[in-house]
Amino acid sequence: MESLWPRIEPLLAHVTKPARYIGGELGAQEAEHGPNTVSWLLVYPDTYEVGLPNQGLQILYEILNERDDAAAERSYAPWVDMEAAMRAAGLPLFSVEGHHPAAGFDVLAFNLSAELVYTNVLNLIDLAGVPVRAADRTAEHPVVMAGGHCVFNPEPLADFVDCFVLGDGEEVVGEINEVLSAFRTGAARGAPGADCDREAMLRALSRVPGVYVPSCYDVSYDEATGTLAGIAPRFPDTPARIEKRTITDLGDWPYPRRQLVPLIEVVHDRLNVELFRGCTRGCRFCQAGMITRPVRERPADQVRTMVRSGLERTGYDEVALTSLSSADYSGIEETVTGIIDDPSCSGQVSVSLPSLRVDAFTVGTAAQIQRVRRTGLTFAPEGGTWRMRQVINKLIREEDLYAAVDAAFSQGWKRVKLYFLIGLPTETDEDTLGIVALAKQCVAIGKRYHSSVTVTASVGGFVPKVQTPFQWFGQNTIEELTRKVHLLRDAARPVRGLTVRWHDPKATAAEGIVSRGDRRMGAVVEQVWRNGGTFQEWSEYFDLDLWTDALAAHGMSLEDTVYRHRTEHEVLPWDHVSAGLHRDFLWQDWEDALAEHGLPDCRWTPCYDCGACTGYGVEHVVASAVPPAGGSQGTGQDLSAGGQVPVRFLSTAPSGAGPVVPPGGSAVALATEGRN
Amino acid sequence: MRIRFRFAKLGKVRFTSQRDIARMWERALRRARLPLAYTEGFSPRPQLSFGLALPTGAESLAEYLDVALDPVRAHEAGVDVAALPALLDGLLPSGVEVEEAVEIERSKESLQQIVTSCSWTMRLTGITRYELALAVDALLAADTVPITRERKGRQEVDDLRPSVLALALADPQADGAADPTGRTVGLVAELSTQPRGVRPVELVRGLIAVSGGPSGTSPEGAATDGHPGSIPVIDRACRTQQWIERDGLRQEPLLGRVVPAGADRAVHALERVS
Repeated sequence: MESLWPRIEPLLAHVTKPARYIGGELGAQEAEHGPNTVSWLLVYPDTYEVGLPNQGLQILYEILNERDDAAAERSYAPWVDMEAAMRAAGLPLFSVEGHHPAAGFDVLAFNLSAELVYTNVLNLIDLAGVPVRAADRTAEHPVVMAGGHCVFNPEPLADFVDCFVLGDGEEVVGEINEVLSAFRTGAARGAPGADCDREAMLRALSRVPGVYVPSCYDVSYDEATGTLAGIAPRFPDTPARIEKRTITDLGDWPYPRRQLVPLIEVVHDRLNVELFRGCTRGCRFCQAGMITRPVRERPADQVRTMVRSGLERTGYDEVALTSLSSADYSGIEETVTGIIDDPSCSGQVSVSLPSLRVDAFTVGTAAQIQRVRRTGLTFAPEGGTWRMRQVINKLIREEDLYAAVDAAFSQGWKRVKLYFLIGLPTETDEDTLGIVALAKQCVAIGKRYHSSVTVTASVGGFVPKVQTPFQWFGQNTIEELTRKVHLLRDAARPVRGLTVRWHDPKATAAEGIVSRGDRRMGAVVEQVWRNGGTFQEWSEYFDLDLWTDALAAHGMSLEDTVYRHRTEHEVLPWDHVSAGLHRDFLWQDWEDALAEHGLPDCRWTPCYDCGACTGYGVEHVVASAVPPAGGSQGTGQDLSAGGQVPVRFLSTAPSGAGPVVPPGGSAVALATEGRN
Repeated sequence: MRIRFRFAKLGKVRFTSQRDIARMWERALRRARLPLAYTEGFSPRPQLSFGLALPTGAESLAEYLDVALDPVRAHEAGVDVAALPALLDGLLPSGVEVEEAVEIERSKESLQQIVTSCSWTMRLTGITRYELALAVDALLAADTVPITRERKGRQEVDDLRPSVLALALADPQADGAADPTGRTVGLVAELSTQPRGVRPVELVRGLIAVSGGPSGTSPEGAATDGHPGSIPVIDRACRTQQWIERDGLRQEPLLGRVVPAGADRAVHALERVS
């Protein structure tokens, strides 16, 4: 493939952050393209700084490049100034390694981490010089693929993406490569050099478990009501229901082995080592926790090896131990201490634990890892009242939060951030105002230790996500969310030391439009893109009017796509794709939510057959059969019986309830904030 | 213990910023397991000191960096300074080329303080050799050359003229040859760094101003096609030397280094395509 670099280079003097486009990262691989090689362009549809650290993309990049019959390069969405310059110069989307034109690859594979990037996906396909609609592509065009969390409702992009890949990509990416390779070399057709039959190739892909090819399915609508009636396979050998892929053991996949180290600063600019995949805490609003089950821990010695070799190789002085709830990793303490005390790290390595569950106990761990740079701690109670938290299955009692905050302030932190959601099912104004009440109490606790403390309540609007118990819930309107934001703002105003920040309710609405749309939503996404709506995740480019205008142009509205409650027996646009969760399990969990009934974590309690393990013949891979100390959320167990070390709260809760050992369990998610 | 490095920044990596270069060095020094000295306080960082920042997009043959090592650990470990350029060269991204490392006195003033001027070679497009020669002469003949530049978000007017210590067209062999239109011209300049450093774009802005070009025209963003000429755009810029002038003598920040005459090396650098 030709390199476009000589034509790209003159543009770079005139754009912001030109190093986004030069490649050259440590770990970047100059892929060798050849007649027997399937070439992949892995594309993250947001800026380089946001996309480069994506671990999923880096894992696939390495696995593909290790194969003799595959070659993978990467690309990211050029920023608006660069895109304008490229279009003016007639330059297509290109890879950052070889600066090869995107249309020359066999596959354009997109990572979909958030719904608002969909318009960028269309823009990048177009910038590649490939027809935006899948139906308009011919044998000469790349296969457009997508994976990532958003593909559990693939329908809004079904008209543009040739095939979606559900679940863990480590194994399936190789199987897909083999299908494509067979067509490329002619083995699948028996006649090398003959025109590739695109339809036959897509049908072959549709037979790979975990792969969804929308063009192999017919969508029918109810003639009277216009509602979705069903999505059915067109061919006898196409599966009616596409099940996600699940790797059974994370220990078999020690990737990335050679994490990319960029030349410019990116988000999460540090070594990242995945502690475990999956989470069974069962927070009902959390799509990630639902679709990545079961829990698969990486062996502790492999974690140590990956951390040590990773730090040596990259020169980073920070490592993040990632997962959906890192404090739940068996032996998290030993792991953290082992890194910090490793003599080869000269005591200069810091560890960060994004999404660390917090109770007083884990604040202790946080104190240890932030021995030097102590900035802020983040807790995520999510709901303002105990009732609300039972509904969402985040079973943290007020006392637990106060004990955690007390521990944080008493150990030297002066800034605490609290994450909340508003617009949750059954939420009342009492629940909403409970956010300020909790935060206010946290300020009071902090004042016992420091004259000046800051508590920030960060409030997001809830968007119901597919494949969760809340998938049937009608999202709050923009007006309702705005009213709740104002309630919070007014209540917080007199409280010194308390700041309330909120997410734009309009952006929450736009996210809701795409989250649960059916295939007809594709026309809306396309119109928003055609009217210039790229980078909708960026507040400076987000424009709700583009979305509502496009909805109206296609006979839809926020009322029927976002605000409407779905009914029990309604056909849902994502019913034909599966994360393993039985629909009746989800519905039962939804009813339990409405009944304010919490559900224990199945990692340490008997199975209640959600489907993720039983359906795929896999199970939890957990080194410890008992919950970590302080980690018994929802299990109803005595906290001190949980792990090896009994929990000791550092002070009495302000309510005067005495030393707190709540029967309902005690856990709050925590993230140690970035240091810089 | 303090070590002064001289390195080049060439090719694609020229599009990274000074801050990016600092971070690359930090990672490379850690990978080399050098016993770095860290700053005290809340957020300890390795003690690295770069000289005058190189503008993003410019190349350089003469970047300097002072690295402080922990004296105790450095003594215990024994640091082979002569081996450092080869070692670090292999750990830094392609295009960052470490050429020299010398132990210096700990008390030496910072590079930022002692460097008084920098030599540059530039390749300008959108202007003929004749037009540029007129502009150079006009600039050198002028008493003052007011240019506006941004400082902390505000537009300020500064006199460019005292900062231009030398300015001439480059040897014609070095430019134009690759450009059949004859609208690519080489320029060599020595620009003062005190009290404030002058960047190549600011010099070109001055050249436009003295040749009666439209005021406010930016050499970075100006369109060249369809214009009757005279709006030069920087195609490539390379810092070839940093100078310390003291008591009428001029030397580079690493003592004893033999300086190749003129801009020969720089012209060579411009031809090194990334």
